[in-house]
Amino acid sequence: MVTIVLGWLSAIAVATGMILALLIAPRELTQGNVQRIMYVHVPSVWVAYLAFTVVFAASIVYLAKRAPGADRLAHASAEVGVVFTGITIVTGAIWGKPTWGTWWTWDARLTSVAILFVMYVGYLLVRAMIDEPERGARYAAVLGIVAALDIPLVHFSVYWWRTLHQPPSVIKPGPATMPGVILLALLLNFAAFTLLYAYFVTKRVSLLRADADAAA
Amino acid sequence: MSFARRTWAIVWKDVLVERRSKETVNAVLFFSVLLLFIFEFTLGADRERLAAVLPGLLWLGVLLAGLLGLGRSFVLERENDCWEALLLTPGDKGAVYVGKLCGNLLLMALVEVVMVTLFTLLMNVEVGRALPGLVLVLALGTLGIAAIGTLFGAMTAHVRARELLFPVLLLPVLVPVLLATVKATEALLLGEPLAAVAHWLKLLGAADVIYVATGLLVFDAVLEG
Repeated sequence: MVTIVLGWLSAIAVATGMILALLIAPRELTQGNVQRIMYVHVPSVWVAYLAFTVVFAASIVYLAKRAPGADRLAHASAEVGVVFTGITIVTGAIWGKPTWGTWWTWDARLTSVAILFVMYVGYLLVRAMIDEPERGARYAAVLGIVAALDIPLVHFSVYWWRTLHQPPSVIKPGPATMPGVILLALLLNFAAFTLLYAYFVTKRVSLLRADADAAA
Repeated sequence: MSFARRTWAIVWKDVLVERRSKETVNAVLFFSVLLLFIFEFTLGADRERLAAVLPGLLWLGVLLAGLLGLGRSFVLERENDCWEALLLTPGDKGAVYVGKLCGNLLLMALVEVVMVTLFTLLMNVEVGRALPGLVLVLALGTLGIAAIGTLFGAMTAHVRARELLFPVLLLPVLVPVLLATVKATEALLLGEPLAAVAHWLKLLGAADVIYVATGLLVFDAVLEG
């Protein structure tokens, strides 16, 4: 029931967000229509970080309480997080080609997200490669904790690695410079993507529960 | 038994096993010499070019040797029900983790002494005054690699595709350690003072503390079997 409501809510929210982003929000002067990728790109990276935070918390709860529910939540959240990290990287590349003239550059932020991506793909590999579900859940929880604690280290190291020699060429977008409609479209998409995340996770958790019931 | 004595028992056991079988030490030492050959063959024997990429090659060598050595450290515990014996050790299993970690650190230190000596000799690099700083970077970096390697080594010991999963898990997590050690080594070999790499040393220190503390806290759950 919750899943169905969440599904419809997120469908409506994403549709409204896209209409606002693609049709109503004004065209950016220097970048043109390419800038509209931001409405997908920025909410995606937010969902990715949200998802991995949930993985971290659920992993701690699983190791402490050994509740299968916490394990399923971590599993589902990691899957959704990896998908949205992938969307972040792909939309960023599509935006980067016309704007920077290259699909990829080892800029600090790009590198961090890329490392995040491979780290959590490894997490899903642990889930896939260990046959006994209980062992897989325990090891995945350990990895979910280690990976989350590693994120600040990755950020600092990558930042120093890139920026001590060449400062990033990205112009920092601040909310102060955004006209109201753009900000509204962006905020609405944040909400829409968060709802979408909640829908995907609840749907995936119920599927994982059905899987476990079928196996038992 | 106190934590220190339980830790010491594990270290002593591992050193004894290694001293009698010499399985891992010999193979990993030989492997690190081979790496030097491979680097020369793949990058050409141009000494100046090799010297320029020496920090990267050195840490690549440490990492690859670590992948071989650390990945094995829990595999021998699967034989003769050793794993069950580890589970039966009294008290908190953090002592098993620290003991294993110390054994792995000893192994890696040995490999690194050989590797650094050979690399600098064969590539004609003047270490000189950079040596104390270099030792510090090596010590901090190795602790980080070994702390995560010991934890993941225990996790992957029971997995069928162990030699595949171990590096796939280890490498992304170790990116910060790798960046810090390579950059710090590079700066030190260029003759910069230790203060110039202080931010990297702090990052390595923070990484070591986080990794070892996490290992200590979660090792109970890893060891369960």
